[in-house]
Amino acid sequence: MIPFALRRLLQAAPVLAGVSLAVFFMIHLIPGDPARLYAGLEASREDVENVRRALGLDEALPVQYGRFLGRFVTGDLGRSLKTGRPVGEEIAARYASTAFLAVLAIASAIALGAATGVVAAVWRRTAVDHAALLVSLLGLSLPPFFLGLVLMLFFSVQLGWLPLAGNATWRHAVLPAVTLALPAAAVISRMVRGSLVEVMEQDYIRTARAKGLTEWVVVNAHAVRNALIPVVTVVGLQLGYLLGGAVVTETVFSWPGIGRLIVQAIAARDFPVVQAAVLLLAVTFVGINLLTDMLYAVLDPRIRLE
Amino acid sequence: MRRRWRELRRARLALPGAAVVCAFAVAALLAPWLAPDDPTRSNLANVLARPGAAHLLGTDELGRDVFSRIVHGARLSMLEGLFAVALAVTLGVPLGLAAGYAGGAADTVIMRCVDVLLAFPGVLLAVAVVSILGPGLWNAMVAVAIYTVPIFARLARGSTLVVKREVYIEGCRALGMSDLRIVGRHVLPNIAAPLLVMSALRVAVAILTAASLSFLGLGAQPPTPEWGAMLSNGRNYVLIAPHLVIFPGLAILLLVLGLNLLQEGLRLALDPRLTER
Repeated sequence: MIPFALRRLLQAAPVLAGVSLAVFFMIHLIPGDPARLYAGLEASREDVENVRRALGLDEALPVQYGRFLGRFVTGDLGRSLKTGRPVGEEIAARYASTAFLAVLAIASAIALGAATGVVAAVWRRTAVDHAALLVSLLGLSLPPFFLGLVLMLFFSVQLGWLPLAGNATWRHAVLPAVTLALPAAAVISRMVRGSLVEVMEQDYIRTARAKGLTEWVVVNAHAVRNALIPVVTVVGLQLGYLLGGAVVTETVFSWPGIGRLIVQAIAARDFPVVQAAVLLLAVTFVGINLLTDMLYAVLDPRIRLE
Repeated sequence: MRRRWRELRRARLALPGAAVVCAFAVAALLAPWLAPDDPTRSNLANVLARPGAAHLLGTDELGRDVFSRIVHGARLSMLEGLFAVALAVTLGVPLGLAAGYAGGAADTVIMRCVDVLLAFPGVLLAVAVVSILGPGLWNAMVAVAIYTVPIFARLARGSTLVVKREVYIEGCRALGMSDLRIVGRHVLPNIAAPLLVMSALRVAVAILTAASLSFLGLGAQPPTPEWGAMLSNGRNYVLIAPHLVIFPGLAILLLVLGLNLLQEGLRLALDPRLTER
């Protein structure tokens, strides 16, 4: 297990280096001059150059990149150009609130997706299966902004059960989490169904049935456990998408998450914030994929030998 | 081909999906003749009208006919989906073919770059690209295309690796055929089926993603009758005129659902073992 984990870590390293390079150069490709922006409209050319020097933007790009990387690794993310506060402070709370939503959503999506997937697989090629397919295709087709607004109109405006927007109490998290969870549940449901159908055709299931076990025991004790292994990968990917893709849902519900922060910071040319936030999300995503790979290897020892 | 068509028909999902997609395609093609009104002409005497006989789906805050705007919006959504996927296929498939067929250093370099692009979760990559290019309909489409490139590169590479080991490719080599000819004439046609299925799926995803960018204000700008932009704008009036949100949203939902049904049918007909991302 240890060599496998080390090998995967080594494979992730160049990807992370590439990501940091991509983020750095992307930021510098964004049109607009932050030094001019933050020196103000009235500033003289000298003032702009002073600001540029103060921000370290006058150095060659490779030098800037080296500095940025060195600081990132030691945890110093610089200061926001807009507020002057340390970037770490700016993004920590935003990151946590997006992570909270994403974890809530993925937990609901796993519960819902696994239940419907198992039901569809057990009653394969019946009306139940077809209905489950239709519902999950519907879930995949829902635009997140539309789903969010419809839920808001119904549960907050019409029924008055839940608050409209913001993040003051746990009740504020319900609708955004549902908005994020439904499409993810649809993906997980299809994956569980496909995997379980495949497992049900294996020899050991026939053996279990031949032993005279009830179908309930065969499905729950033998099939589902094995069928869930490949689902781990999909859940990991979905969790990553939820973290990065929550920006639309956050906008609908005025949820102060990291996605909205990135969009706002891009508009304000607040480079240090964009850089750190995007890099943090990418590192999280690569980390989640690494963890799912390892979990997969723990659950299915054959993987380690590949 | 005829056998495949029969299988496609047998897949009961594909037909209603195809019907919905065709309906939207007709709306897109005939928009100027189907729409009762100019989609951008405002009429301040009749703003936020409820759906009714005079205006089938009501009017917006400038008195523009919502039905006409949705019909014209079908053009933009179809364009978004098809253009973004066409561009992604043009960029991604050659990369995947090259990586899979050549192997070695080329494979490593191309696939590490693809891994880097894939490390940006969700729409983040599209948001980043559109912020470099600047907001707008075409830039949003390019952003969605770039966000889709890694998916086609990976799929093309994986399929190429399988086809490359077939005996007939060995045969072509023995006959002294050039690599370019082998890839173009023999590898590409044999990996076309999974690429086609993936394209149908990604058109649906591209439409959703482009509409999301417009919703965030990064895509089509007002007064363009783009569905995501219409919805974003309608949000401001959601309490007094919910039809400004409901109808564009339903339009996206229906078109994307139709494409997903069609895709599921195609998948069953062409390649039952294809796994989706």
